[in-house]
Amino acid sequence: MQASGTLQRRCAVTGLWVDRAAERQIMAHAVTAVVYLAIGGVLALLIALTRWQVVHLLPAQTFYEFVSAHGMVMLIFWILFFELAGLIFGSTVLLSARMVLPALGWLAYGLMLGGSVVATVMMLSGQATVMFTSYPPLRATPWYYAGVLVFAVGAILGVVHFFLNVVAARWRGEVGSLPLFTFALMAAAILALWCLLSGAAALLPTFLWSVGLVSSVDPGIYRLLYWGLGHGAQQVNLAAMVATWYGLASLTTGAKPLNEGLSRIAIVLYILFIQMAAMHHLLTDPGLGVWVRNVNLSYFMYAAVMGSLIHAFSIPGAVERALRERGYGAGLFTWLRRAPWGEPGFGALVVSLLLFGVLGGISGVIMGGPQLNLISHNTLLVPAHFHMTVVAGTTTAFMGLSYYLVPLLFQRELVLRRWATWQPYVFGLGMLLFGLGMGLAGHWGVPRRHWDITFASVPAALRVNLLDRPEIGVFLALLGIGALIAVVGGVLYVLIIVGTIVLGRRTATPTLGALVPEAFSAVPAVAGGAEPARADAHGFEVPGTLVLSLGFLVLFVLLYGISWYELSRVPWQIR
Amino acid sequence: MATRFSSLAKPQGVWWRALGRDERLWVGIAVIWGLAMFVMITAIWPLIGEQQNWIRSYRITPAEFRARVDAFIAAYQVGERAGVPVVAPPPGGDVYLEALSFAWRPVIQLRRGETYRFLISSRDVQHGFSLVMAPHSINYQILPGYVTEVLLTPEQAGEYPIMCNEFCGLGHHLMLGRIIVTD
Repeated sequence: MQASGTLQRRCAVTGLWVDRAAERQIMAHAVTAVVYLAIGGVLALLIALTRWQVVHLLPAQTFYEFVSAHGMVMLIFWILFFELAGLIFGSTVLLSARMVLPALGWLAYGLMLGGSVVATVMMLSGQATVMFTSYPPLRATPWYYAGVLVFAVGAILGVVHFFLNVVAARWRGEVGSLPLFTFALMAAAILALWCLLSGAAALLPTFLWSVGLVSSVDPGIYRLLYWGLGHGAQQVNLAAMVATWYGLASLTTGAKPLNEGLSRIAIVLYILFIQMAAMHHLLTDPGLGVWVRNVNLSYFMYAAVMGSLIHAFSIPGAVERALRERGYGAGLFTWLRRAPWGEPGFGALVVSLLLFGVLGGISGVIMGGPQLNLISHNTLLVPAHFHMTVVAGTTTAFMGLSYYLVPLLFQRELVLRRWATWQPYVFGLGMLLFGLGMGLAGHWGVPRRHWDITFASVPAALRVNLLDRPEIGVFLALLGIGALIAVVGGVLYVLIIVGTIVLGRRTATPTLGALVPEAFSAVPAVAGGAEPARADAHGFEVPGTLVLSLGFLVLFVLLYGISWYELSRVPWQIR
Repeated sequence: MATRFSSLAKPQGVWWRALGRDERLWVGIAVIWGLAMFVMITAIWPLIGEQQNWIRSYRITPAEFRARVDAFIAAYQVGERAGVPVVAPPPGGDVYLEALSFAWRPVIQLRRGETYRFLISSRDVQHGFSLVMAPHSINYQILPGYVTEVLLTPEQAGEYPIMCNEFCGLGHHLMLGRIIVTD
């Protein structure tokens, strides 16, 4: 490839060609993402301290406004800005390819920024207290719907630009098979396109209704279309997180996927099936038949769950194999003891994989069944589930990845490296306590999006106080304490990243801890790096991972069984 | 044998390979577990479970539904609680329950062991029917313009509060209803 003057630079660490325009756009998206993360984090703290019923910090109206804004800022703005940064990185820098239309990239960014700022201001100023879901006929100011729609158009353009970049790189012959990281991002982009279009189809009529051009919006149809966005966006996070998991494993341990084909099939399973599962939000809605629920939610959802189970095996498996090759081959778990636990990217990978899989994944499959949903729909178990997937899972993984990409792209030395070592564990511990507290409270029937479960202002003849069961108070305290610890982890992250961008020493070759230098190269660095035959006495390549995975499955079966038992204990018959 | 590649590098040449022994085992187990969950939901629980998700639904205008609730109250009212009518429908009869910002109307009095047909809808925005029977709750999404129909048989006497668990406005946390089950 030709280095064309100042338009490209060659990275001194990875050897990749970095398109300058792409680099600037990645920086802009990443900085915006971190700003939204910080805003959402402040809101998170205040909301959690309100749900912790003995603290009960915010007044009712502020609480509902902040829950609305927190949902939008975190679930859509923080995560999509970061993902767009990732999409640009995966389709240009990682392929050593040029950005096709920098102007299109900036247009997309501008629309996303403008739309998101308007929507956030509307929510925080009490003109759009309709929650993240904005179900009609609850009405927000038209500016809110307009802001979200403009953001969606920007994001759609960004995703289209990703496709253009990849296709152009192929036409120029710069790439054959995509790196697995980019392949998973491709899945994320396909899901993103689908989900953004579905969201626009839900919100456009709602916008027209809010300005009086349409007389009504059917709430049932809205929910069907809306959840294509609401949950679809989380599937985008899932695919992007899986890309990040593979990337972090390769970066920090030199892991290579055990079976490229199997990992790719698992990713294709997401594309084909996971959007159907988004209908699980409608499990207790009127308007759907029993078999629509069964087919979408059990049959096709499990095809997508299969994809996750494959990744849950093949990522630790790839790590195990890489570490065994580096000489930690003794016994079942020597490789695990000798893994780079002090490397922030590895810590983030483990925290993300564990919390996502054990708490987020299992809870999702359980709630996603039509019958078990009866005792979990709209309880705190629902936000507990998606905080374990999107926060403990996706956000932790993205945090881990930024400890490498930020120094490389900004060409600065990472500051506060010792803090970075601890950050994923602090954040993970906080999210674990938070998730357990919230999930258990939900299992005990505590509703989500609710300001006062003591119902203090309801006439005594109708009142109920959920805190009469003392265990619920304990769960909510766990939620509050977990949130406090997680916020400390979040503050550490923002300080490290902002500190690096502003104060980090400028250098073309930032120190990146245990980063495996050949992670970006298809050619083995050492001559003769071909496949040595590996198999232990029983003929298994990764016995440690197999044991861990089976342990996970046993836990899964156990929790699944307990959930059905709990449903059977409901003292009413329901037909 | 095909070479393996870092997930951040462009794979070269042929990277397709047969599944290893570990992978075959794991994928096999995962497929079996997926099928087991599918059978549980579609066959086993529908046969043995006492709690089914067989919601039936109809379209209705909020005004028409409100008229039916009014007629229901007029026919079977037995008292009042905190300003809300208390209604005792005949055993095995229909129960109309209306959600509105921010109340459930009326309070319902049922007989233990009898099966009632519940018809639930909303007068204004979306609400969440959440029947508290600690440590659990039974939950349905309630939409204006749609009737949610379920058959409920209370098997235990007592007072069961109904919360709203879908955000419905700034008074969301004031919304409480009640079902009273007598022996």
